Amino acid sequence: MKKRSLIPILYIAFLMLPIYWLVAMSFKTTNEILSGFSLFPQTFTLENYITIFTDPTWYWGYINSITYVTLNTVLSVCVALPAAYAFSRYRFLGDKQLFFWLLTNRMAPAAVFALPFFQLYSSIGLFDTYLAVALAHTLFNVPLAVWILEGFMRGIPKELDETAYVDGYSFPRFFVTIFLPNIKAGVGVAAFFCFMFSWVEMLLAKTLTAVEAKPIAAVMTRTASSAGYELGLLAAAGTLTIIPGAIVIWFVRNYIARGFAMGRV
Amino acid sequence: MRTENQRAWFFVLPVLALVAFNALVPMMTVVNYSVQETFGNNQFFWEGLGWFEQILRSDRFQAALGRQFLFTFMILIIEVPLGIIVALSMPRKGFWVPVCLVLMALPMLIPWNVVGSMWNIFTLPKIGLLGYFLNDVLGINYDMTQQPLSAWITVIVMDVWHWTSLVVLLCYAGLVSIPDAYYQAAKIDGASPWSVFRYIQLPKMKTVLTIAILLRFMDSFNIYTEPFVLTGGGPGNSTTLLSIDLVKIALGQFDLGPAAAMSLIYFAITLLVSWLFYTLMTKDDAE
Repeated sequence: MKKRSLIPILYIAFLMLPIYWLVAMSFKTTNEILSGFSLFPQTFTLENYITIFTDPTWYWGYINSITYVTLNTVLSVCVALPAAYAFSRYRFLGDKQLFFWLLTNRMAPAAVFALPFFQLYSSIGLFDTYLAVALAHTLFNVPLAVWILEGFMRGIPKELDETAYVDGYSFPRFFVTIFLPNIKAGVGVAAFFCFMFSWVEMLLAKTLTAVEAKPIAAVMTRTASSAGYELGLLAAAGTLTIIPGAIVIWFVRNYIARGFAMGRV
Repeated sequence: MRTENQRAWFFVLPVLALVAFNALVPMMTVVNYSVQETFGNNQFFWEGLGWFEQILRSDRFQAALGRQFLFTFMILIIEVPLGIIVALSMPRKGFWVPVCLVLMALPMLIPWNVVGSMWNIFTLPKIGLLGYFLNDVLGINYDMTQQPLSAWITVIVMDVWHWTSLVVLLCYAGLVSIPDAYYQAAKIDGASPWSVFRYIQLPKMKTVLTIAILLRFMDSFNIYTEPFVLTGGGPGNSTTLLSIDLVKIALGQFDLGPAAAMSLIYFAITLLVSWLFYTLMTKDDAE
């Protein structure tokens, strides 16, 4: 083994340690956790997971989260596609300013928007719905999706568009049947990043929901405070939140590094 | 080349409508609050720039701002070099590449409150792996719920754990785009590893590194959930960063005027520093 590969191995070990501890904790009983230190679960238990899968408040938390995340991903990518096409193909009045303004929304602290968002979505009657969270998350996901897609689209030569028009394709037909398949890696990467940032964000998701659309994150904080100190249950819930991300990341593993790199700065 | 076409605006319209709804309306709400005083009952009185002055002069805001800059500075100075080193030593081809990428990206896909809880469980004395190891094996007195210094170190290590991979992934993307011919030429010239890094790898990584530094700046400057769940801003106020303080004022005490003024100052600082970074790092390209 080469000496150089030691650095990534050490780095990955550092990344995996807290995750291991979370997973190990999730298989322990609360008694064992509080009674003392043990590197491996001594009395291996599935109790924590059974609680989560049988209690509606718990599993609905996951369903709610996945619902608004999916809604947000679809919404963000769909509106970003035409915009990214325009930025990559045309020059128009104010295009640079618009692009920069979009990106500034990525810089806004979520804490700044928490209260006004609550008032805005309450006043239009969307409070505590999936749509509210999905719409709120487009604030930072749409700029990102436009940025990534624009990078991928610029890599497609303009001759492709022109040939299609000469062949008599209408714009929508060209866009869907020829252009989209050419940038499907880009769409995948954009969708991945939208999924990721919507899945991990919690301040806005928590502020905009109460009962019906409550995300798993909010269920976890409530449990942490109301049911005393059930660390095992909390650990199991945390472990389960890692899984969707891990699945999604496996699908885009070959493109993930390219995703940001192709965007322009 | 891109062609001039004003009809392209139609393509941008959906994005514009959506982001304007999400950004402009709340922003105007904040601006409204920032210049008014309320005593409840939805009655508002003109306050002018009073809140801004009060916030800028308050020790509490200055302290939180100081902590925020210190935190972001530490994050950048640790994560950027570490990310470059890891990216440089990663394999370029073969079976291990996707495995490394997936494992490294994993922390970024964990919900932020779970990251906080996870590090809480990991670092608790007696219960956590790290807390137990430091206290009972190495005999170091470490308790992040009691000691400000331990809390600071924990919050920083947590962020390094969480986000260094972003720098790694971006740098790696820059590195794999370097053709082999460059390395062969360097070998023929007898270039040292340092000069290969300085004159081949670093220039090629420049664009992605700019993105990495900008993203890391913005996100660490706006950080809220992870330190809030981990330490709650404590012990005392020692890890109360700007966002934590802002949420305390806005949603905790419901002081709308000061919170709104603080929001605008906060956002302005983020924009200004991002712009400074951006201009400094892309200055050479323009020349």
